[in-house]
Amino acid sequence: MRELSLNVLDIAQNSITAAASLITVEVLEDTRLHTLAINIIDNGKGMSDEQLMSVRDPFFTTRTTRKVGMGIPLFKLAAEQTGGCFSINSALGKGTSVNAVFKTDSVDFTPLGDMKSTVIMLVTMNTDRDFVYRQKVDENEFVFDTREIRQVLGDVPLDEPDIVGWMKEFIEEGINNLYGGADNENT
Amino acid sequence: MKTLEELMALRDQAKQKMTVREDTGDDAIRIVVGMATCGIAAGARPVLNALVEEVAKRNLKGVTVAQTGCIGMCQYEPIVEVMQPGKEKVTYVKMTAEKAVQVVNDHIVNGQPIVEYTVGAVAK
Repeated sequence: MRELSLNVLDIAQNSITAAASLITVEVLEDTRLHTLAINIIDNGKGMSDEQLMSVRDPFFTTRTTRKVGMGIPLFKLAAEQTGGCFSINSALGKGTSVNAVFKTDSVDFTPLGDMKSTVIMLVTMNTDRDFVYRQKVDENEFVFDTREIRQVLGDVPLDEPDIVGWMKEFIEEGINNLYGGADNENT
Repeated sequence: MKTLEELMALRDQAKQKMTVREDTGDDAIRIVVGMATCGIAAGARPVLNALVEEVAKRNLKGVTVAQTGCIGMCQYEPIVEVMQPGKEKVTYVKMTAEKAVQVVNDHIVNGQPIVEYTVGAVAK
């Protein structure tokens, strides 16, 4: 994966498959400690202990078209190759949380990339779910919550082109503001 | 700054548009993009984006763009399938955003599948 935002898109698909109604993506950056944490938290059906043990294994997958599943292993590798860490917690019937910490000063750190596109794609392709995107850079925080947008929209769908356009600009502005209003250097 | 007031205005505009929108009918076209790990790693995100934007820009009725899991030919990702009732499914492989726009224009709008981008032409 060329960008961590693509890993996020991939991992979040698992939450959708797990029938989650609310998926939270957090990107928490600490520029002094040179760390970036990514958390993907869902309220889906969760996994059994046995399943949880096997998801880090590339030769385990729920897909039926192939015998390999690279989503979790690739994300784990992206974190660990920077000297960071990876964990995954799950409880049947409660949900799953995938957590990765990256060392941003490592030469093997993959850039975060275009989170806006990832969030927009998740929201517009799954209008029956809710998403929260929270990004923090030190003390600055940006939160995008489809539940709030839905309250404004009423019965107008989230994938209506004009609404998508507004959300794109809203997220882009929000992320740029985290970096002092400068153009986002991640993209 | 993007404000919620702006969003409210867009909502009201969208509501008016929705009431005049026709039913999609039986001849609905479905465009699906493989968005499993293999597809995403190969560049499916800009392809899906381009399809959604082109369909919206041309205001095409009865065309839905959706994502699917692994189609099973990971080496040919990004893969786009066009499904139209009464016609054989067309599978486009090794797609890019530019090719995706062409597919919307030639295949969806003008009804001419682009044979050179299909799996049959590429996987020889």
